[in-house]
Amino acid sequence: MKALRNYLDKIKPNFEEGGKYHAFRSVFDGFETFLFVPNTTSKTGTHIHDAIDSKRIMSFVVIALMPALLFGMYNVGYQHYHATGVEGSFWEMFGYGFLAVLPKIIVSYVVGLGIEFVVAQWKKEEIQEGFLVSGMLIPMIVPVDCPLWMLAVATAFSVIFAKEVFGGTGMNIFNPALITRAFLFFAYPTKMSGDTVWVSGDSIFGLGKTVDGLTAATPLGIAKVAECPEFSWDMVTGLIPGSIGETSVIAIAIGAVILLWSGVASWKTMLSVFVGGALMGWIFNTIGPDTYIAQMPWYEHLCLGGFCFGAVFMATDPVTSSRTENGKFVYGFLIGAMAIIIRVLNPGYPEGMMLAILLMNIFAPLIDYVVVQNNISRRAKRAMSNK
Amino acid sequence: MGSLFSSKNKEVFSTPISMNNPVTVQVLGICSALAVTSKLEPAIVMGLSVTIITAFSNVVISLIRKTIPNRIRIIVQLVVVAALVTIVSEVLKAFAYDVSVQLSVYVGLIITNCILMGRLEAFAMANGPWESCLDGLGNGLGYAKILVIVAFIRELLGSGTLLGINILNYDAIKEAGYVNNGLMLMPPMALIIVACLIWYQRAKHPELQDKE
Repeated sequence: MKALRNYLDKIKPNFEEGGKYHAFRSVFDGFETFLFVPNTTSKTGTHIHDAIDSKRIMSFVVIALMPALLFGMYNVGYQHYHATGVEGSFWEMFGYGFLAVLPKIIVSYVVGLGIEFVVAQWKKEEIQEGFLVSGMLIPMIVPVDCPLWMLAVATAFSVIFAKEVFGGTGMNIFNPALITRAFLFFAYPTKMSGDTVWVSGDSIFGLGKTVDGLTAATPLGIAKVAECPEFSWDMVTGLIPGSIGETSVIAIAIGAVILLWSGVASWKTMLSVFVGGALMGWIFNTIGPDTYIAQMPWYEHLCLGGFCFGAVFMATDPVTSSRTENGKFVYGFLIGAMAIIIRVLNPGYPEGMMLAILLMNIFAPLIDYVVVQNNISRRAKRAMSNK
Repeated sequence: MGSLFSSKNKEVFSTPISMNNPVTVQVLGICSALAVTSKLEPAIVMGLSVTIITAFSNVVISLIRKTIPNRIRIIVQLVVVAALVTIVSEVLKAFAYDVSVQLSVYVGLIITNCILMGRLEAFAMANGPWESCLDGLGNGLGYAKILVIVAFIRELLGSGTLLGINILNYDAIKEAGYVNNGLMLMPPMALIIVACLIWYQRAKHPELQDKE
């Protein structure tokens, strides 16, 4: 630690005004404040700073994502070996998945952070740290067969149009990771849904085996067109085809515990998403149309697709969700309910979590406004009646 | 009025094409810019139609501007525009039927194009026929310019063609993993491309930026 600090102090003058690497000032600043909490203090007024700044919060979220990511890597390998019929040990499967997912993480970070660095340098601001989380979320919510160049295009699109044009981290209306997925979903539907993208059919560095036209539908995709899948433990542990990070309920639950324990995410949002989804699923079970997906038990709805992942990591995003405490209940509940409604009633898309969260992102400020106005009028009434 | 091509008249013609573009600066005529720009051909035809109608209606209104009673001027303007739109629509049906099918209602809806009424009210009612003609041509071409740029990007990236001619849909390109971008064919992308053009223009000309 000491050595690292000394090294940073040694190279620091190069990046200051007039130094030879001044063009990379924002990059250096970003890394320095990521590694060490800055010791700068405010110059005016009295401020109390929390020891946890937003870079540390982002790190917590990234740590919380790790179980789902590691399991997703294993699952990518498991699905590949399972579908090709090749025997493989645990480490072979994990290694295969690791090599399949790692390029996506690198592409997402290089493109996203690259744009952030350029914008920060251009606007002479320090680098905003929001992309630390988005960059990890993006590879986790795409199918394993999504080509890297598409990921790069979509990441660039969302960082520029969903984030930088609104003013950067903390100012965005929509969750950038979900915009990336929405862009891919609408621009390249063949590579984002259907039966051929969920299981990789290539061998990577000699691991696995190349098979053409490998198909495997997600359970939700099956429920949409063919039959209601039986509930099984694989749906909870996550050994089913799906986007890389979204399949395992258990791994996501570990992440949820980390988020709630560290206080980064709100239990109110998380809980009400599940309540909304369960209730809407139950309503469709009872009085819904006679389709397979409407008759799918409500607890299966909660386990399948991106429901858990969205509820834990996307809906709780402090920037795009409601900020008032009561608003969080409404916001979460409507996300859960909308996700199930889109799944069941929309003929085109088997999954509705992404669109539900993006839709509620738009309404979050309105919910906050209503909650605040309600509070104002309630207190005004109380003041009047006390006179 | 000075000579036919005085510098003032040149300015009347050229500012709407760049610095005071009806689409990117005044943000008028957006609906049709979204609706007809998924292919280049209808965008060009639409741009030309609007240019012709704006120019002619400007001239006609300018000629009769002193006889129009002020209280019913909007009705008179609408009648003139409607007549011209009908003529253009019939001509398209007669000589370019395919394109007129693609444009469907949007030819008829030129009558509601804000650029037209805006130019009639703001310019033709107060200026002579020659200036009005130049103003109409300038504004129509400014509108057409944006439509063509947007349609060029959308058709090239969305369908891989230009004017229906294959540009990107070859097996070699497909083999390399390239896929046409379906989002380009949807209206939201037209809005984003227009926004990018506005962004570019304002970045280039700081005087267009809103003062805080």
